[in-house]
Amino acid sequence: MRERSLAARRFSDLLFRILASLAALIGIAFLVWILSVVLSRGIQAINWDFFTQRPAPPGMEGGGVGSAIYGTLLMTGLAVLIGVPTGLLGGVFLAEFGQNTRLGEGVRFTCNLLMGTPTIIVGVFVYIIMVVPMKNFSGYAGAVALAIIMLPVVTRTTEDMLSLVPSALRESALALGAPRWKVTLGVLFPAAKNGLITGILLAVARVTGESAPLLFTALNSPYWPTTLNEPISNLTVTIFNYAMSPYPDWQAMAWGASFLITAGVLGATVFTRGLLWFRSNR
Amino acid sequence: MQLQRQRNFDPAFRWLATGCGLIIVALAAGIFWELYSGSELSRHKFGFGFLVSQSWNPVTEQFGAASSIFGSLVSTAIAMAIAVPLSLIIALFLVELAPPRVSRVVGGAIELLASIPSIIYGMWGLFVFAPFMADHVQPLLAKVGGGLPFFKGPPMGIGMLTAGIILALMVLPFITSVTRDIFTMVPAVVKESAYGMGSTTWEVSRKVTIPYGIQGIVGACFLGLGRAIGETMAVTFVIGNRHEISASLFAAANSIASTLANEFTEASEDIYLSSLVELGLVLFAVTFLLQLAAQLWLKRTKRKMGVA
Repeated sequence: MRERSLAARRFSDLLFRILASLAALIGIAFLVWILSVVLSRGIQAINWDFFTQRPAPPGMEGGGVGSAIYGTLLMTGLAVLIGVPTGLLGGVFLAEFGQNTRLGEGVRFTCNLLMGTPTIIVGVFVYIIMVVPMKNFSGYAGAVALAIIMLPVVTRTTEDMLSLVPSALRESALALGAPRWKVTLGVLFPAAKNGLITGILLAVARVTGESAPLLFTALNSPYWPTTLNEPISNLTVTIFNYAMSPYPDWQAMAWGASFLITAGVLGATVFTRGLLWFRSNR
Repeated sequence: MQLQRQRNFDPAFRWLATGCGLIIVALAAGIFWELYSGSELSRHKFGFGFLVSQSWNPVTEQFGAASSIFGSLVSTAIAMAIAVPLSLIIALFLVELAPPRVSRVVGGAIELLASIPSIIYGMWGLFVFAPFMADHVQPLLAKVGGGLPFFKGPPMGIGMLTAGIILALMVLPFITSVTRDIFTMVPAVVKESAYGMGSTTWEVSRKVTIPYGIQGIVGACFLGLGRAIGETMAVTFVIGNRHEISASLFAAANSIASTLANEFTEASEDIYLSSLVELGLVLFAVTFLLQLAAQLWLKRTKRKMGVA
């Protein structure tokens, strides 16, 4: 090996330390930059009307994104109703019935693949299977698209959380003669409750910020939603449309909506992460 | 007995759970099938020429994917060129340099970058970062590397380079967290032996930690690549949406995902829609293969490192 002087080695080590610290700082700087911009521009657009009114035509004073907030909540709610039970049961299959089977392996693999699929592809898929046959954009299609995105996430977290439950618990319940379904729902689910709730919350937070799958399923609308069988007003597509518009007051509204989405998604993420951290450190 | 009767539900429960597992497989197969059959018209009309043709003209109904594919590849390449070294060195910082408390806070902040919704990156990119690029970064690049074809043209802010940098920010947390996990798996004994022989932190990182984790790092890069290539909203905001291939990174361009996001609702003719679906098929196939490679690779690596 080539000899290097101690000074040279010390110098390259120092250089590494400085560069590494700098890299970490760059990462944090961008985070702070983005969040501070969203906060400072968003807060200006927020007032009472912002939450209670529906969008006003360009040039008109006032207006808000109340209808979009409502629409986003409606579709996310329906997506939770479809995606969470399916995902929980899928997780039960992976953790309880399919551990070392080839089928289980295949499902787990597909789950990971689906989690890495671009969400806009899910939008195209739902457009073909729902929007085309039903001949109109609808809140149902949007909710299904969001549910498809949630499903693999909920499945994998459920599996992880259930496999953390000690087998002794499972086996003692089974030894008492309890049926499998009762053991799963009555013993394993309560034992893994906190983890499951965390997983579901994170999945919900993730889909709330999604816009690509809604672009051509739920579309958007300036009206209050009356039925889910029509284009539904929603926050993320509203942000997209308003940001691309030439009107300054619409762009300001987009910043307000951005603030709302960021606060919601980051708030939920930080809250659940903090909860997890707090639990594991006590 | 009551329990005996309740046990009769067990097969049903088992089938229900298995059914939910199968739904996932059916979804993946369904997505592929619908994209494949939905693009039939375009596949028949354009054949393999679709992938290399640059024309994108809804009026004459001539469609080719070359500019979108080119844009996806180049923006992803820029993102990876920035994100991989940066994530690697941040992961080293978190594992080798920072005290535990600092490491936790910095690591948490980097992970937070991953939970910011894509559309927020788009808003920030379009209204804040693109003007910043146009005013400060691009003129500087033009001055320094003015002779190169990459840095030609007016500094508009939006375009390929800006999209690539924002993508880099978005995949950074993914690569960092996987790499960090791999680095913490390096046995302490190996590192301590190197330190015991008088190595500096940099030497331990370069000759022990990185070589030990190199396979895992490659897997992490695959994962990041899959994310970057399918990223939609942030890219749509800042890439400029132009169906032309240009050597300059300052020029407006498009990507597969941004073309879909912009044009899907406008496609009124069947052949137009079919071409867009075929673009989707191309994107799905690419991310599918990347995911497949990443999963297989990471699995093999983990088995090798003794963690199932």
